[in-house]
Amino acid sequence: MTDQKQDAGHVTAQPVLDVRNLDVSLVGVGQTKVVRDVSVTVNPGETVCVVGESGSGKSVTAFSIMGLLSSEALRCTSGSILLQGENVLEAGPERMRSLRATTMAMVFQEPMTALNPVETVGDQIDEVLRIHRKELGKRERRQRVMAMLESVHLPDPERIYNSYPHQLSGGQRQRVVICIALILEPKLLIADEPTTALDVTTQRQILLLIRELQEKHNTAVLFITHDFGVVADIADRVVVMNRGEVVEMGQRDQILAEPAEDYTRMLVSSVPSLVPDKRTENRNEIVLSVKELGKVYSEKRFLKRRRDVAAAVDINLTLRRGEILGVVGESGSGKSTLARCVVRLQDPTNGEVVICGENIAALRGQPLQTMRKRVQMVFQDPYRSLNPRLTVGDSITEGLTNFGVSREAALAKARELVTLVGLSPDVLQRFPHQFSGGQRQRLCIARALALEPDVLVADEAVSALDVSVQAQVLALLDDIREKTGIGVLFITHDLRVAAQICDTIMVMQDGRMVEFGPAADVLTTPQQAYTRALLDAAPGRHWDFQHFRPL
Amino acid sequence: MMKTIQNPAVGELSPAGAGVDRKSSTLNQLLLSLKSIPVLLAFIVLVTVVVLAAFAPVLGTVDPIAINPGGRFSPISEAYWLGSDAYGRDLYSRLLYGARISLIVGLGAAAASIAAGLVIGVVAGYLKVLDAIIMRVMDGVMAIPSILLAIALVSLTGASLVTVLVAITVPEIPRVVRLVRSIILNVRSEAYVEAAVSLGTPTLRILTRHMVPNTVAPLIVQGTFIFASAILTEATLSFLGAGLPTEIPSWGNMMADGRMYFQLYPGLVLYPGIVLALTLLSVNILGDVLRDVLDPKMAKRT
Repeated sequence: MTDQKQDAGHVTAQPVLDVRNLDVSLVGVGQTKVVRDVSVTVNPGETVCVVGESGSGKSVTAFSIMGLLSSEALRCTSGSILLQGENVLEAGPERMRSLRATTMAMVFQEPMTALNPVETVGDQIDEVLRIHRKELGKRERRQRVMAMLESVHLPDPERIYNSYPHQLSGGQRQRVVICIALILEPKLLIADEPTTALDVTTQRQILLLIRELQEKHNTAVLFITHDFGVVADIADRVVVMNRGEVVEMGQRDQILAEPAEDYTRMLVSSVPSLVPDKRTENRNEIVLSVKELGKVYSEKRFLKRRRDVAAAVDINLTLRRGEILGVVGESGSGKSTLARCVVRLQDPTNGEVVICGENIAALRGQPLQTMRKRVQMVFQDPYRSLNPRLTVGDSITEGLTNFGVSREAALAKARELVTLVGLSPDVLQRFPHQFSGGQRQRLCIARALALEPDVLVADEAVSALDVSVQAQVLALLDDIREKTGIGVLFITHDLRVAAQICDTIMVMQDGRMVEFGPAADVLTTPQQAYTRALLDAAPGRHWDFQHFRPL
Repeated sequence: MMKTIQNPAVGELSPAGAGVDRKSSTLNQLLLSLKSIPVLLAFIVLVTVVVLAAFAPVLGTVDPIAINPGGRFSPISEAYWLGSDAYGRDLYSRLLYGARISLIVGLGAAAASIAAGLVIGVVAGYLKVLDAIIMRVMDGVMAIPSILLAIALVSLTGASLVTVLVAITVPEIPRVVRLVRSIILNVRSEAYVEAAVSLGTPTLRILTRHMVPNTVAPLIVQGTFIFASAILTEATLSFLGAGLPTEIPSWGNMMADGRMYFQLYPGLVLYPGIVLALTLLSVNILGDVLRDVLDPKMAKRT
C-alpha cells in the first residue's frame, strides 16, 4: 500500500507544506532557540510522521505552521513555512484566519479541551461553515454537517448534532474534532498526538478514519506522535526530532529498519516487544491474594433513586513473592479501582484483600495504619505524587518517621534507597521541581520501598514517561524485584509494557476479570475474544522494533 | 547489594541554581512591583499611616478626648494643627489616635476571621460528614446583612472595641471558610496526599504538612481584603452611632460629630474622610499586587 503512495508523492511537483530551515526562539533575554533549522515537506496524499520525546520541539513546529505560537513567549526567527507556495510567516492575521480551516487544519491531543463545553457539537462544526462559507444557507450548512458526521462513522448523526461534548465518549469527541478540521477539505491536516488520550481500540479506529478521509480527499497529513507503533502503522515518511533539531528523516521502512543515527536506533529499539520472554514459574509463597473483591460506587441523589455503578465485580487473584502481575484493560475497566482497594485508598464493598495472611479489607483505625506498611503504591503522574513544598528527603523519610524510626536512621535509609533507584544521595536536599519526570518516578519508587513492603502497587507508573525513560524505569522495577523479592501489582493500559515486565497477566473489562494466566500464554495464545481484540488494536504489531525488521 | 543502576537520566539534574528558592523569587517579584508608581504611592501611604498610628503619642499630639470649651471650632493654628471640633478637641490628635483604632480593627478582624475560617474550612473540606451541615450554617450566616448583625450585637451588649470586632469578624468568616474548603477539596485528591495516606501518616499530620500550606497564599490575599473592609465597616458603624462610644477617637466618630457643621467647617468631615479613603485605596492596591504575585490563578479569573 505504501509503495504506490510513495510514487505518487515523488511525482507531484509542489509539496503542500514546505518548511525550510525554521528557527523558533524564546522571546526575551537570551533568545534561546527551541527549534533549530527544521526542514520538512509534505506532499498531497502523503502522511509524514514527526516523532520525538517530550521537549523535542515537535509540537512547537506544528504550532508555528498553524500560526498558533503565543507571540509573547515564542517567535519564528528565521526560515520559511511555505503552504502551497505561500509563506505563512509573512501572512497577516486576516489571511491566517482564512488559511486555517480552508487550507490547513489541526486536530489536537485532548478532544475534551479542544471542544467548547457549552455549545452543541453541531453548532461547533456549523461555525466553521458560517465563517468561511458565507454563501451557504442554513439548510445547506446543516446538510453538509450531517454528511460530515456520517463520513466519520458517528452513529445517529441527528442525535450527535444536538449533543454537548460531555455527552460523547473520547473517541466520538475526537471524531467531532476531525469533522471540524476536515469539513472544508483542507489541503493539509496537522494531527498533534490525536490518539494519545484514547484507548487502543479507539485509537485504531481513529487512525483508520484519518487514513480513509485522507485517501478520499488526497489530504497531506503531518502527524505528530511519540509512539513508534503508530508510526509503523500509518507513516509514509518519518522525521525524527530531538531537542529542537531534526535528527533523521527518511522513508518509514528505512527509519524503522536501518536507522542511520544512534538516537533513532535507541528510540526505535526502546519500543518494548509484544511477545513476552518465557519465564520460569514462580513457586514462592503468596504475599497478596484478592478474593471475590467487589466495589460499587453509589451516587446518592437528593429525591432521586440511588444509582449504583459496579467498578469491580468478583475479582480473584494471587500474587507471589518476587512476581510481577500485570492488570491490563482500557479506561473504565476497573483496574485502578482494584489497585486503590488493594492499598485501601478506597474501601472495597465486598470480598477480601489478604496480605501476608491478614485480611486488610475489614481493618479500621490503628490496625489498618500498621498494615499499611505491608503494601505501598507508585502513582501515575510523577508531577503530582511528590509534595512540591517538601524536600525529597522529607518525602522519602515520611513513612519511616510515621512508624517511629529516628530521623537520622530514616535519612540513612533514604540515602541507601535513592542509590538503589539510581540517583545520588545528595538529591535528598532538593525539591521535586528540580527533577525530570523519570527521576521523580524513581524517587516515588524509593519512597514506596522505604517501609520495606511486601507488595508494591504500580498504577500506570510508566505511562507518563517517554519510551526511553520508560525502559529505564521498567528495568529498575525488575531489578528491585530481584533484589528485594517484592511482589508487584502492575496496572497498565499498554500491552507492550505488560509484555516486557509481567510474569502473569490479568485482563479486565467493565470491572470483570476476562482472562488470567502466565504472560506468555495470554499474549501469544489469548483465549478470549476481548483479549484478542486488544492485541489486534496494539499499534505496530507487525513490526519487530528490537530487531529492526517486520514480523 | 547496593549496586547503582546506570542510567543517563542521572546526569540530567537541572542546574542547582534554577529556581532553588521559591520564597526569594516571590520577594523579588514583590519588590519589582514597587517600581510601578501607584503601587509605590500606596505603599508610602500605608507605611505613613502605620508610623503615625504607632508613634501617635510622641508626634506632637495632645489628649484626643480632652474637651476645651474655650477653643471650639478653632482654625488651623500653632496649638491646633488641623483645628479643633465642636467640643474643642484637637483634630490632629484625634486623627492619629483614630488611625490606631482603624488599624487595630482591621488587623484584628482579618486575623480572627482567618483563624476561625481556616479551622472551620479545613474541617468542612476534610470531613465529608460535617461538610453539608457546616456549609449550610455558613450560608445562613452569609444571609444576614453584616451592618444589621453589628447593630443588633452592639445594642445587645453595649458598644466596645471587642463587640465591634466580633460584629465585623462574624460576617467575614463564611467567605474564608468557602475559600479554605475549596482548596482542601482540591488538594485531598492530589496523589501526594494519597501517598501520605498509604504511608500511614496520621490524619492531623496530613492536614498540617500536606494540605494547609496550600491555603497560606490565598489566605494572605483574602486577609488584605478583610483588613480593608473591616476598617470601612468600623467607620460606618461609628458614623451610624452603632460603633465605638462617641468620645473614642475613631474616623467614623469624627465624621459623625462633624456632620452637622459640615457646611461651616468642612475640615471636620474632610480630614478623616480623606485619610480613610487613602488608607483603603492603598490597602486594596497592595492587596491586588499580593494577589497577582502569590495567586496568579485567581488574578486571571477576575
